[in-house]
Amino acid sequence: MRNAVCQALVALSHRRRFAFLTGDLGFMALEPLRDAMGELFINAGVAEQNMVSVAAGMASEGLPAWIYSIAPFAYARPFEQIRNDVCSHRLNVKIVGNGGGYAYGSMGATHHALEDYGAMLCLPHMRAYVPAFGPDVAPIVDKMADSPLPGYLRLGRCEKPAGFDLPPYAGWRKIVSGSGPVIAAIGPIAGGFIGKLAAMDGKMRPALWAVTELPLEHNSPPAAFLADVKKSGALHVVEEHVAHGGLGEALSRVLALAGGIPPRFGHFHAKGYLSGRLGSQQFHRKECGIDADAVLGVIMQA
Amino acid sequence: MKTPDFSAFNEVLKKAKLRLLKMHLESGIGHIGGNLSSLDAILFLHMQVMEKEDLFILSKGHSAGALYVTLWADGQLSDDDLVQFHKDNTNLPGHPVGGWHPGIRFSTGSLGHGLGLAAGVGMARHLQKNNAPVYCLMSDGEWNEGSNWEAALFIAHHNLHRVTLLIDRNDLQGFGRTGEVANMEPFGDKFRAFGFEVLSIDGHDPRELHRAVTQQSGLPKVIIMRTVKGHGVSFMEDKMEWHYLPLTKEQYRLAVDEVERA
Repeated sequence: MRNAVCQALVALSHRRRFAFLTGDLGFMALEPLRDAMGELFINAGVAEQNMVSVAAGMASEGLPAWIYSIAPFAYARPFEQIRNDVCSHRLNVKIVGNGGGYAYGSMGATHHALEDYGAMLCLPHMRAYVPAFGPDVAPIVDKMADSPLPGYLRLGRCEKPAGFDLPPYAGWRKIVSGSGPVIAAIGPIAGGFIGKLAAMDGKMRPALWAVTELPLEHNSPPAAFLADVKKSGALHVVEEHVAHGGLGEALSRVLALAGGIPPRFGHFHAKGYLSGRLGSQQFHRKECGIDADAVLGVIMQA
Repeated sequence: MKTPDFSAFNEVLKKAKLRLLKMHLESGIGHIGGNLSSLDAILFLHMQVMEKEDLFILSKGHSAGALYVTLWADGQLSDDDLVQFHKDNTNLPGHPVGGWHPGIRFSTGSLGHGLGLAAGVGMARHLQKNNAPVYCLMSDGEWNEGSNWEAALFIAHHNLHRVTLLIDRNDLQGFGRTGEVANMEPFGDKFRAFGFEVLSIDGHDPRELHRAVTQQSGLPKVIIMRTVKGHGVSFMEDKMEWHYLPLTKEQYRLAVDEVERA
């Protein structure tokens, strides 16, 4: 999705004036953006706290600013700068974090982002965007640019099977239809279910919904989703994020307030490092039981 | 830039100092020491230097009282505003909240934020061909914060000469003298090594302030202001406890007598 965000921002730079700051990352990815933006593209160095404050100062002068780094360096290192300098002033700063969840795999736990959108959504005015597929990135970038509010964009790796046709972008989308239990997945982890579900019988097959925008107060579950949940009586939330502050908590709250918690509710989420050992993104998903095989194994037996 | 009137300034400073003492007595809160060390510079900048588009950022947010009383002396806040200092339902808390007043753009109080914000404003003004300067007032203890060194590197690298740092060098921080907590000397040389123009002045002398602020070298500038915590009130001067203590009525009376006689 790095290349997709680069292309989307290059296109945006032809229509709008904004600054882009990178925390010294983007080799073999952001060169086209650097070339397109000229002096508005700034390598702020390996200094993320200052990068966020600078972005806030620029936005306060009426120049929107996007910042970019590996996800934890973008949201965790400069958390107070995001809280005080950006969010408390409701400034137009967009934070792009590459490598959501366990995407950096065996590069190590310091590079993982397991609590990013939960942490960001604690802050006032903040919106979080978690594209599920590569083609989601361009409409999300445009949507973020249209908003004057702070935003956080979590990038991952597109896992859409080749040849699969996506429905048009929306914050909630039914990706696969089925009469079985409902799966609500946020971000690229949704893609791993598509091939598995296609091979299943329609009557048993879970319905797969992809969620890409938070908080839910500004991206309410649509009536068709609620109808699917009501009909099946089973909802399972899947996310590569810790339980605290994640989609599972948010969605169960929304449903509880509406009096609509289904009889069966499951939450499949990141659990950190259960064995204490590191590996690929798939290794960690398996260890946490959030990969498609593990989730389907549980929900189809229930 | 305005033409300074030093004799008028001294009268306004006395008036502002007395009002600041009253605010702190009425609110029953501390931080008076660091307010008195920085009041001269904040007031001088606003009343004798800054034009409409110039921006002042109070990175040492605990000197909020000095900023409020400056805006009052400049006619931007009223007596009714100042009596709300530190009260419920106020716009004037102990550390400034940004956005409600054109003279207070940013919320500050957590140290190590103001300079990065100033760098961002300076960078935006460079890109937008706006030459209006940005002044950032910082404490000396605040330079323990690593984010400031990131900002200094950025400002020097991009030669953001619109940005001027003023450092309130009163040698005292939260729980000790700066030289004992984390010795920063040679302080000025550190900034010279980064690529700043460095000026060291008496932060309570308006003529030196004026000379330092107006001197132009084309480089970003650091003005290290030698100051005295609690300046002008002898029983407070250079005493760490006046970072914290509220004034008693007797102390207030003594302080007012001394300021009025000065």
